[in-house]
Amino acid sequence: MAPITLDHITKRYPDGSLAVNDFNLQIQDGEFVILVGPSGCGKSTTLNMIAGLEDITSGELLIGGAVVNNKTPKDRDIAMVFQSYALYPHMSVRENMGFALKLAKVPKDVINQKVEEAARILDLTQHLDRKPANLSGGQRQRVAMGRAIVRDPAAFLMDEPLSNLDAKLRVQMRTQVSRIQRRLGTTTVYVTHDQVEALTLGDRVAVMRSGLLQQVGTPGELYHQPYNLFVAGFIGSPAMNFLPGSLEGGALRTSLGDFPLTDEVRREVEGANAGRDVIVGIRPEDFEDAALVPAENRARGITFKTAIDVLESIGSDVFVYFSRGRDTGVSSAELDELAADSGSTDTGADAETVTARLDAATRIREGADAELWADGAAIHVFDPATGRNLSLAAKAGGPVPPAPQQEGPIT
Amino acid sequence: MATATLTGRQRGGWAAANLVVIVLALIPVVWLLSLSFKTPGAVTDPSFWPAHWTGGNYGGILTSAQFLRPLLNSIGIGLISTFISVVLASMAAYAIARLSFPGKSVLIGLALLIAMFPLIALVTPLFTIERTLGLFNTWFGLIIPYVAFGLPLGIYTLSAFFREIPWELEKAAKMDGATPFQAFTLVIAPLAAPGMVTTAILVFLACWNDFLLAISFTSTISSRTAPAAMEYFSGGSVFTTPTGPIAAAAVVITIPIIIFVLFFQRRIVAGLTSGAVKG
Repeated sequence: MAPITLDHITKRYPDGSLAVNDFNLQIQDGEFVILVGPSGCGKSTTLNMIAGLEDITSGELLIGGAVVNNKTPKDRDIAMVFQSYALYPHMSVRENMGFALKLAKVPKDVINQKVEEAARILDLTQHLDRKPANLSGGQRQRVAMGRAIVRDPAAFLMDEPLSNLDAKLRVQMRTQVSRIQRRLGTTTVYVTHDQVEALTLGDRVAVMRSGLLQQVGTPGELYHQPYNLFVAGFIGSPAMNFLPGSLEGGALRTSLGDFPLTDEVRREVEGANAGRDVIVGIRPEDFEDAALVPAENRARGITFKTAIDVLESIGSDVFVYFSRGRDTGVSSAELDELAADSGSTDTGADAETVTARLDAATRIREGADAELWADGAAIHVFDPATGRNLSLAAKAGGPVPPAPQQEGPIT
Repeated sequence: MATATLTGRQRGGWAAANLVVIVLALIPVVWLLSLSFKTPGAVTDPSFWPAHWTGGNYGGILTSAQFLRPLLNSIGIGLISTFISVVLASMAAYAIARLSFPGKSVLIGLALLIAMFPLIALVTPLFTIERTLGLFNTWFGLIIPYVAFGLPLGIYTLSAFFREIPWELEKAAKMDGATPFQAFTLVIAPLAAPGMVTTAILVFLACWNDFLLAISFTSTISSRTAPAAMEYFSGGSVFTTPTGPIAAAAVVITIPIIIFVLFFQRRIVAGLTSGAVKG
């Protein structure tokens, strides 16, 4: 168990491409940190550099207070769980789990004892003498975990360990990974492209994009106070809705209606010299059926009428989709990247479709007109040029409503 | 007219075609077998099967140093050449499959070039070299060229096998604290075993069947291999050709090959890599 420090870590490949750019992160002893981002953002490269499987171009990597830049993986005392599990097919589960200890010349009886203890934790005892080929996906995943646990290392590194499991098993294993990490209290760095996994597992989450660290924070911070458009759009499922907006006097004009602006946000927007055009972000749960909004809350937001294109009820909530403001599209490099990552460019989904999550008690019907309410206190205002969140200061200082964090439907 | 089930006529046609191929392949072998059981006088007898079966040809060659010593040479030279080739080829193939280093494509090209080179063109220069170095008529005089010509074959076969092995296994071994050598010997090599066996069989067959180098670089039975030694068999008198003993010797040196292939065939198709990654 040890803290890990990444100090100005940079990775440049021989062909000149920059995979990781000036990455700074302090990971506390026993902390569970998630690196999340779309594919190609440099998260796996970062993990491989911590592991020692890739060289660090510049910057310092410290594990347990000592610089380990030039140490081989063997001397870093860390264990890794791979996406493909990378179990040795010619060895039994027992041999797989004990391989590292055997190489370290640990006495046989100690190896057996440790392997059996790990097998008990992971519920693998009855499979110890089977070969990986005869195990199910979930069992193989547990063997891969077991191989890491047995060593009792300074840190666990996990590279998308659950992405090969089917959706249901993934949710179960997620809980188990979390439980094992709490129980062992080992510093863990976990790479994933799945923001739901990131939010549910991590003590802290580091969001990366194109080799750059975007924001590090607790899941709540990332969700409620995203630093920029990218983090706002990446974290949360369904994703935050983005609409073009412009400052007209004291109000924020959007295709939904005019939002009243608080003084802090107005000052921030004016100070940023961003011009009058901004991007407005509203999370799906910050909409509500106007009929269900208590009278005292109505003034905080705006109500508007719209035709509901699609309605999906998942029992606990109702998702409605409607389209607005097609003529004035939002354009930003970050939004384009998010669209590419979510696959909406492939499916041809309309970027101007707005998603809203409503209370299950709503009487709104598909295809009919409905009156919806949007919470003005929960909106985010972004500078389209830099992507910076201009309403952040107001959010951090003001009363942030503790919206319950729920998972979106698994689609 | 691609139909799933064959009509009676098609079936008959296929059966006839198969039969022709099998007969063509087996007739010379059976004929050889038949010859090996004929008495010296009956060799020119036009009947396919011997009128009078005899084991005399086998008895003769298996008690004669003129055949037993070359047989031993064949086995020894074949095994040593195969062992050296597979060890060197697996290391080279591993580097080719895993690393990018300057001159990699040149190395692959050279290997291919050697494999393509007509052997007959090399015999004379090699003969002179071996005479000068004192390798002529020694085991190593044959082992060295066999290894040289076995390597390209081995490198090509093995690098294909190594590429099939997921690289993550090696990373996992590294993370588990293995040195590169340990990762290779404990994780990669066992998984590439089917490939190594295949390579070994191919190289061994090439050595075992070689006649050109064996007849050129040897002069006595101390290093002559079995195929070359058969050339020097003598008949019962000056006027009889030793057809019977040669046929018997040919059968004897074919048997190890059949055993070899049958024994290892199962290992080749075992597919040891299953279960390495998701699936």
